[in-house]
Amino acid sequence: MCTVCGCAGEGASIEGEHAHRHHHHHEHAHPHDHDHHHGHDHHGVSASKESLDYGQGPARAHAPGLSQARMIEIETNILSKNDRFAAENRKRLEASGVLALNLVSSPGSGKTTLLCETIRRLAGSVPATVIEGDQQTANDAERIRAAGAPAVQVNTGKGCHLDAHMVGHAMERLPLEDGGILFIENVGNLVCPAAFDLGEAAKVAILSVTEGEDKPLKYPDMFAASRLMILNKIDLAPHCDFDSVRCAENARRINPAIEVIELSAKTAEGFEAWLGWLDQRRRDVARHAIEALEARAAALRAAAGPAGQG
Amino acid sequence: MHEMSICESVVETARTVALQEGATRVTKVRLEIGCFGGVETEALRFGFDVVARGTSVEGAELDIIELPGRAWCFGCVEAHDMTVRGEPCPACGDHRLSVTGGEELRIKDLEVI
Repeated sequence: MCTVCGCAGEGASIEGEHAHRHHHHHEHAHPHDHDHHHGHDHHGVSASKESLDYGQGPARAHAPGLSQARMIEIETNILSKNDRFAAENRKRLEASGVLALNLVSSPGSGKTTLLCETIRRLAGSVPATVIEGDQQTANDAERIRAAGAPAVQVNTGKGCHLDAHMVGHAMERLPLEDGGILFIENVGNLVCPAAFDLGEAAKVAILSVTEGEDKPLKYPDMFAASRLMILNKIDLAPHCDFDSVRCAENARRINPAIEVIELSAKTAEGFEAWLGWLDQRRRDVARHAIEALEARAAALRAAAGPAGQG
Repeated sequence: MHEMSICESVVETARTVALQEGATRVTKVRLEIGCFGGVETEALRFGFDVVARGTSVEGAELDIIELPGRAWCFGCVEAHDMTVRGEPCPACGDHRLSVTGGEELRIKDLEVI
């Protein structure tokens, strides 16, 4: 993360903006603690129309600040900055009734294939958009666009996870339609993305049967943070002695409330359950958006008195 | 290695607060890290030194207070101390446990000059 302006940093890129390199000659002696201005200069972030690259900037040190040792109480969450960006993203998503899901898994679990198939199934009924997170390449965003959904690739450079600031900027480049779904495909990594809230309604952990049923126990943080676990490539289960019942038990030892769906993105087995889950979540989000607007309308009517009764 | 991002947040916060307080150097940073915070404290120490280099936080002592974990057991309907996710309840052996404490990632205080 750019530690000066809060721009997510040295090392990453988003498809879709002009490269605006900005070298860190920060000689000034004032704290940069500005809010999330979308559209501000990006230090060391290069961007083209459909990608943001956070890997381009120089990792420069910052000028030191301006005298008896004393203690200063802070008592602040280390990730409070990320959490503020995440809250802002969540607010924007909730206001338009968009269901945002943060898809997390190890590399090779079949996230992109699952997404492509999901997009094809939703085509014509639900507006779906995708943010693709990878260290390098725009391959996945291209696959998603070929499947029929608008997608923005975020390259994190050396970064091992997406953060809420990157996602906020990527959201600006997507047509987020009321009542739609935003899929955020995180960097393939079963550890780090667990700690970073992106503003999503839920994290969905995808585990392929070839990875083994003990993964929830070995990488508990991710399964503790997820609402749903998808067991993908279930068609391969007989070939790799995968015990899906035990895998679900392992996941529930970490997170008693986790839901489990078994499917195969390739054969489409189990896909109806996944689409049904998505539809239910999407309706929940839409209902909350409607209730919030109705409550707001009622408050305005009450405040306006007789004039507000039309 | 998301500990690197966490170190950047810590150093940035310490640097900003020191500046606001008119201090020239941060000599100590105290963190509270819960055992379920998903952070490896050794990686944090390593990353902190690297990230602090060239800033007013360079050379500061990093004091990490490790906080214990707590989990609520649906079996015996009580909270217990826990340090490992996925372990059975120490009292009744049930596996249905929900973590209620130990996920802290906090900067407690700073020492500046």
